[in-house]
Amino acid sequence: MITLSHFIVLGAILFCIAVAGLFINRKNVIVLLMAIELMLLAVNINFVAFSRFNHDVAGQVFVFFILTVAAAESAIGLAILVLLFRNRSTVNVAEIDSMKG
Amino acid sequence: MINLQVFELVCFYAFAVITVGAALAVITLRNTVHAVLALVLTFFSTACIWMLAEAEFLAIALIVVYVGAVMVLFLFVVMMLDIDQEKLREGFVKFLPVGLIVAVVMLVEMLALIGVRAMHAQAMGVNPATAAGQSNTAWLGTALYTNYLLPFEIAALILTVGVVVAVALTLRQRHSAKYQMASEQVSVNPRDRIRIVKMDAVRPVEPVVAAAPEQESKP
Repeated sequence: MITLSHFIVLGAILFCIAVAGLFINRKNVIVLLMAIELMLLAVNINFVAFSRFNHDVAGQVFVFFILTVAAAESAIGLAILVLLFRNRSTVNVAEIDSMKG
Repeated sequence: MINLQVFELVCFYAFAVITVGAALAVITLRNTVHAVLALVLTFFSTACIWMLAEAEFLAIALIVVYVGAVMVLFLFVVMMLDIDQEKLREGFVKFLPVGLIVAVVMLVEMLALIGVRAMHAQAMGVNPATAAGQSNTAWLGTALYTNYLLPFEIAALILTVGVVVAVALTLRQRHSAKYQMASEQVSVNPRDRIRIVKMDAVRPVEPVVAAAPEQESKP
């Protein structure tokens, strides 16, 4: 029998994998974007599970909106990436330091 | 009845293992294209897990929207950019212990918070959609178009803004390009284009050609 904790544990594992991915791929912007997608997916799993568990439609509606915003975010992120690669011909985070932040 | 539940659990574990394995592949694979493909697998098996949670509409939306559109966009960009893979892997081993420690500590903390054992007895209960006598899609759609209509419209607006921004960012204006301006072409005046000059016909003075020595040397 699938319980709520199955879903939550899976979401937690996915989220931690994404955080580890952020740490170990510090140079490649594309992999960083993919790690962010993984984080959003982990959160979505939690939303779906709790929506089912609490008999509340709001969780699934929120997943719908997260999917929408994530799609727009990745489209804009990839556009910025293309622009960056065109100007600097690199996707290395360490070399993108022209703002001296 | 119990067999069905066991089967469900086995399916869940199978999909969960595939999801976690593919997610690990996403962050560790050397080739970015392979990483994107592993991310596709992650999304697909997550959609299967959502099916098990009886969120059918979202599962299909995840496959159609994410695997079909966003991941293809990722693949497009990854294949379009000519990336030096080796340079980007430089810090991998250096940051591996830090990343592992942070991730494992976070995972342990989360699992402690969840209290796996305490929650384990709580089953998911009946599906609220089927309890209300409708499908998951109808259940979700009714909520979307009644209580959540304004957020829904805002989501549409966000998508529109996303499209406009993506195009505006990547559009390259070429200043050297030659355009055809139809309005200027139509409104042109013939007198601006050609100027008719009246002049007397003059016979050109033929130059005296001293070609005699050249013809001599030819044979």
